[in-house]
Amino acid sequence: MKHLLSISDLSKPEAISILDTATELARVSDGAVKKLPTLRGRTIVNLFAEDSTRTRISFEAAAKRLSADVINFSAKGSSLSKGESLKDTAMTLQAMGADAVVIRHPASGAAQRLADSEWMSGSVVNAGDGTHEHPSQALLDAFTIRKHLGMGGSDLSGLNVAIVGDILHSRVARSNVLLLSMLGAKVTLVAPPTLLPVGIQNWPATVSYDFDAVIPHVDVVMMLRVQQERMSDLFFPNAREYSRYFGLNGERMANMKSGAIVMHPGPMNRGLEISAEVADSARSVITEQVTNGVSVRMAILYVLLAGGALEVGSN
Amino acid sequence: MTTADFLIKGASLPDGKKADISISNGVISSVGSGFKGEAQTVIDGKDCVVLPGLVDLHTHLREPGREDAETVLSGSSAGVKGGFTAVSAMANTSPVADTAGVVEQVYRLGQEAGLLDVFPIGAVTQGLKGESLSEIGAMADSVARVRVFSDDGNCVSDPLVMRRALEYIKKFGGVIAQHAQDPRMTIGSQMNEGEISARLGLKGWPAVAEEAIIARDVLLADHVKSRLHICHLTTAGGVEIIRWAKARGIDVTAEVTPHHLLLTDDLASSYDPVYKVNPPLRTESDVHALREALADGTIDIVATDHAPHPTESKECEWQEAAFGMLGLETALSIVQKTMIDTGLMNWLQVADRMSIAPARIGGYENHGQPLVVGSIANLVVINPTKKWTVDRDLVLSKSSNTPYHGHELPGVITHTFFKGKATYSNGIVSSTGGK
Repeated sequence: MKHLLSISDLSKPEAISILDTATELARVSDGAVKKLPTLRGRTIVNLFAEDSTRTRISFEAAAKRLSADVINFSAKGSSLSKGESLKDTAMTLQAMGADAVVIRHPASGAAQRLADSEWMSGSVVNAGDGTHEHPSQALLDAFTIRKHLGMGGSDLSGLNVAIVGDILHSRVARSNVLLLSMLGAKVTLVAPPTLLPVGIQNWPATVSYDFDAVIPHVDVVMMLRVQQERMSDLFFPNAREYSRYFGLNGERMANMKSGAIVMHPGPMNRGLEISAEVADSARSVITEQVTNGVSVRMAILYVLLAGGALEVGSN
Repeated sequence: MTTADFLIKGASLPDGKKADISISNGVISSVGSGFKGEAQTVIDGKDCVVLPGLVDLHTHLREPGREDAETVLSGSSAGVKGGFTAVSAMANTSPVADTAGVVEQVYRLGQEAGLLDVFPIGAVTQGLKGESLSEIGAMADSVARVRVFSDDGNCVSDPLVMRRALEYIKKFGGVIAQHAQDPRMTIGSQMNEGEISARLGLKGWPAVAEEAIIARDVLLADHVKSRLHICHLTTAGGVEIIRWAKARGIDVTAEVTPHHLLLTDDLASSYDPVYKVNPPLRTESDVHALREALADGTIDIVATDHAPHPTESKECEWQEAAFGMLGLETALSIVQKTMIDTGLMNWLQVADRMSIAPARIGGYENHGQPLVVGSIANLVVINPTKKWTVDRDLVLSKSSNTPYHGHELPGVITHTFFKGKATYSNGIVSSTGGK
């Protein structure tokens, strides 16, 4: 495996091996010395053409814990904000000897363009491309679910997951639908019809417009951020009405199964899609998602750049 | 003893009959087996089909304004390589072809290139803004004699503006060629809205945004009893509306592009913008409906929507890339592949859809004429038994955005004749044009 562009690039064994590798690497992060020498001398570029503090620092921490040299290349103040093309940026990174590029980009398919082009030869990791995919987020979500509810199995068989909110524009949802279903979970997408894509029929998920009907039956409720720009584009009448039907508040949370967890990829709009009461509740694993993100991104870089998964139990 | 400039021996006419065709002094001088004289150039027509020169009703030549992408001369060269003897230069140049001055400039550039007839299309509205009518009458009365008006690239979306335009052109028997795209339904749209766009996270361009405008405009054309042409029809639903309108006697014609007869939206999965085009590639079932409609005459013509773009406009992210693909050099091969080799049409129908009917819609005299003695010798000779491989580095267009790079296509064009002169023969474009 050279690139990670989409969850559809992964077979089920490959996905599980990334999760297993992350489990092993998490032990390193828990230790007193948090570093492995695996990627010493390798250069990883974080190419962030779109603002994202949490994903960038998560990848940065992951790369540094594997002893790679990290270069951060962000939109603001860089040549990207001066109209440089993706091609020229890629050729610059190639000339500087980047072994891998972690790319966040507002255009769907930007990571694949980079990987398929002859502009650069290194590995490409998609850290979120437009409204397409965000595979590392899905892997860390699956990792988090498995850790809490996996019942010792390697996959997510038997679990029910609801993904709630703006499915239409969500790269987190697209990656999670593919990954969680591949791992055996049953995924239900909950959203107003305006925020579900036309052409969703063949997705490996069921669709519901009724959050209240879904909530008692699921083990995981994954809330999606509602972007400010959706408010003014006729997707729903107003924020209050959205919150009333599709927000997760204390009342709805009370109807969740015992042991069921609440997730959110962040950043949250407290009071809109999720109430403060829920975000800060015992069911919330939201900050743990952030912690797990580092281990999972270490595993991704490890698999792509160190040439294979870490054997379970090895050191 | 008669002498001829050219003699094409033993080729098939569109109806399949074998004939020798001689060309003298710009006209067809004999058809049949009766030619007894000498010819300066004899062309072996074995295995070949002779058609009236192709006529494109929808071509972007980019001049004036984007001479880095195409010029009237380079587009004319691409045209003759593709078997065309007339192309229609779309109005979305810079400056926009919305005055007599600009259409006369484009017309003159076509005459100077001399390879084929360039018929300028005039903008319907000033600056293609969709607000007020351009100088339609002045363009019609100009040297360019414009009869086809289009805001192509933009839709004439305001129903009142469209109504007025349809009425106004009745004065001289013109036609409005509508780019049917509801602008509000397609803000930021990137590709056909459906399963593929949902998966790729690219903003959808729904079929209904095309069909709603077609439905509205056939009703408007009926109401004011004027002539409407629908550009680049792409959807099965659009076909149904045109079929219904024609059955009611509404004066509407429609075109389909070669690429919409062959390519489908799943090609966007590569995120390679060479497949980004407006209107977008649709689904397999749309392609089937378009082919059937072209065969049964519901769709009247094939038009290329030849849309050259410089490399940097395609060598980028999908959503940043320009819409459009080259079409002139591959059109006849794609039509052979999709319509002849599938058994859906014969060469007589190809002659109609690619020459006779577009010449009639555009009012282009001397084009789309029957292959009989006395007709102006605008002809194309194609060998349908041979194949060729498209190479984007060898196209005659100034741009290289062909979606068929590396494809092996049927049908090799050997000669194009324009007013009796060989503008293209065996891979070579005439350096002196048709002069």
